[in-house]
Amino acid sequence: MSEKDLKNKKSDVAVDEDKRDFLFVTTAGLAVAGSALTVFSLIDTMNPAKDVLALSTTEVDLSPVEEGQSLTVMWRGKPIFIRHRTDSEISDASNVSVDELPHMASDESRVKNPKWLVVVGVCTHLGCVPLGQKIGDNKGEYGGWFCPCHGSHYDTSGRVRKGPAPLNLEIPPYEFVTDDIIKIG
Amino acid sequence: MKENTSEQNKGLTGWIDKRLPVFTFINHNLRDYPTPKNLNYFWNFGSLAGITLVIMIVTGILLAMQYTADTELAFDSVERIMRDVNNGWLLRYIHMNGASMFFIIVFIHIFRGLYYGSYKYPREILWMLGVVILLLMMATAFMGYVLPWGQMSFWGATVITNLFSAFPVVGDYIVTFLWGGFSVDNPTLTRFFVLHYLLPFGIVGVVALHLVALHQFGSNNPTGLDVKSEGDTIPFHPYYTVKDYLGLGVYLIVFAGLVFFAPNFLGHPDNYIPANPLQTPAHIVPEWYFLPFYAILRAVPDKLLGVLLMFAAVMVLFFLPWLDKHKVRSANFRPYYRQFYWLFILDCLVLGWVGAMPAEGVYVLISRVATAYYFGFFLIIMPFLSRFEKTTDLPSSISAAVISEKFDNKEPSSESYVK
Repeated sequence: MSEKDLKNKKSDVAVDEDKRDFLFVTTAGLAVAGSALTVFSLIDTMNPAKDVLALSTTEVDLSPVEEGQSLTVMWRGKPIFIRHRTDSEISDASNVSVDELPHMASDESRVKNPKWLVVVGVCTHLGCVPLGQKIGDNKGEYGGWFCPCHGSHYDTSGRVRKGPAPLNLEIPPYEFVTDDIIKIG
Repeated sequence: MKENTSEQNKGLTGWIDKRLPVFTFINHNLRDYPTPKNLNYFWNFGSLAGITLVIMIVTGILLAMQYTADTELAFDSVERIMRDVNNGWLLRYIHMNGASMFFIIVFIHIFRGLYYGSYKYPREILWMLGVVILLLMMATAFMGYVLPWGQMSFWGATVITNLFSAFPVVGDYIVTFLWGGFSVDNPTLTRFFVLHYLLPFGIVGVVALHLVALHQFGSNNPTGLDVKSEGDTIPFHPYYTVKDYLGLGVYLIVFAGLVFFAPNFLGHPDNYIPANPLQTPAHIVPEWYFLPFYAILRAVPDKLLGVLLMFAAVMVLFFLPWLDKHKVRSANFRPYYRQFYWLFILDCLVLGWVGAMPAEGVYVLISRVATAYYFGFFLIIMPFLSRFEKTTDLPSSISAAVISEKFDNKEPSSESYVK
C-alpha cells in the first residue's frame, strides 16, 4: 500500500522489505486484536447486567392456591401461569390423543406434579399474554387459555389446539423445593 | 485500504467515486494531502483530540443506555453501572478520565498554536472555530459532571449556575430559567442530561468546519513559514499516518494507565457522597481543567467583575489574531515573545494550582498577580511585541530549515536554525 509513495521519494538508505512487512503485519495485527477486544468489552455492556441476572429465579409458595384457582407470578419480566388443576382438567389434558396435536406432547411430559401446571404465560405466536387466569376470562374452546391477539386456543395442559400459534406454552425450568414451594429458574 | 488515485475510474470504487467522490475526498485529505515535512510531535494533538472525541461519544452513548436522569435514581444508577453492568466500571472510568484526557490534549493543542502562531493569517477562522470547540467542551464537561448527582455534582452545578446571578436586573431570572425551578433540582438534572448528550454532536459539527478550514491552507509548521514549493511537503500518508499512529499508541498507554491504575486520581472523593441540598461540602472545587478559570473568578473581590473576567479569560482567545499582529508566526524566531510565552505557561499552571487552594491569605495575592499577567500577556505584551520585537534570521524555506537542522550539528539540534 505504501511502497509506491516510498519509492517515489529519493532515499539514500536501502529499504529492507522483509523487515518492513514484518513490522506492518505485527502492528496491524496488534491493532486489530486490541480493537476487537475493546469493541467486544463495550458491546458486552449491553448484555443483561448482574442485577438483571439476579432476578432469574423466583420462589413461589403454592399453599394458598386452592384447587381450580390460578396464580400469576413474574419471572424474568414475564408472567408465569400456575394452575392448580382439578381432576377433570387433568383427565381432559391426559385423555387427548397426542398424535392429533399441532405440537405433540403428552400431559405427563409437561408437569412434575399433575396437580400443578406451570407454564410461561406468553403466546408462542407473537408474544401476547393469553386470557384465562382470571375468573370470567375467556378460556378458549379447550378450557385452558385463549390469546385475544390472534385467536390461539390452549388446553388445560397449555398445549396449542387451534389458531396461529406454532408451539405449546413454554414450560419454564422449575423444581419443587418442598411440596408447597416451587423455585422457578 | 484501497489503491486509489484521484483520477481512477475503474471497478466498483471508480463507479461509486464518479457519482459520490468519497474516495477522491479521502485521497485528497488523508493520503496525498501535502503536509509540511517538518512537523514535530506537537502536531499529533489534533488527531488525538479527534480520537478522544470519538471515544467519549461511544462510551457516552453506552453509558446513556444505563443511566437514569432523575434526582432519586441518578446516583444509584451510576453505582449500578459500576457494580452490575458488564464492564460498566470500565465504561465509566474511560468516560470520566476521557474528559480529563480530552482537556489535556486540547490544552496542549492550544498552547502549540500559541507558540507557533497558528492563529495568524490566514488561519484566523480555524483558530476561532477551535475556541468555539473549547467553549462547547467546557459546557459539556460541566453538565456531565452534574449527572452522577454526588455532592460535588450538586454544589458544582449550584455554584456555576449562580455565576449568572451576578448580572444586574436579569441575573435572577436567568438563574431560575437555567434551573427550571428555584434550586438545582430534577428539571435541572434532566435538561443537563439532554444537553450533555446533544452538545457533543455540535462539537462534531464544529470539528468538521475546523478541518475544512485547516485543509484550506494546510497545517502550520514549527518554522511558521508558508509552504513555498512541493519540496517543502510530504504526503500525509504514510508519513503522518504513521507518526499519528505512534503518538496514538503512547497516548493510549497513558490513558489506559490512568483508567486502570488511578481511575479516581483526577476526581474528587466527595462526589461519591449522594447529593444533599442541605449541606455544602467544606471545600468545594471544580474539576481540575476549570481550576485556572476558577482562580481568576476568585481573584476579584467584586462578584460581577469576577464573573466577567472569568468569561473574558476564554473570550480573549477569539481576538488573538488581532492582538498579535507580528508578521513572524513561530516563537522560535521571536526571542522576547518566546520568554513571555513560557512565563504564560507557568502562569496558567500557577492559576490552576491556586484555584485548588482555599481563597484566603497569600493565595489571594498569588491569584491576583497571576490573573494580571494572564490578561497582561494578551492585552499588553502581545500588541507591544508585535510592534517592536525584532526577530532572529528566518530560514529561506521549510526545506532550508530542515537541511540546516540536519547538517549543522554545531548547535543544539532543535533550535539550530535559529542563528
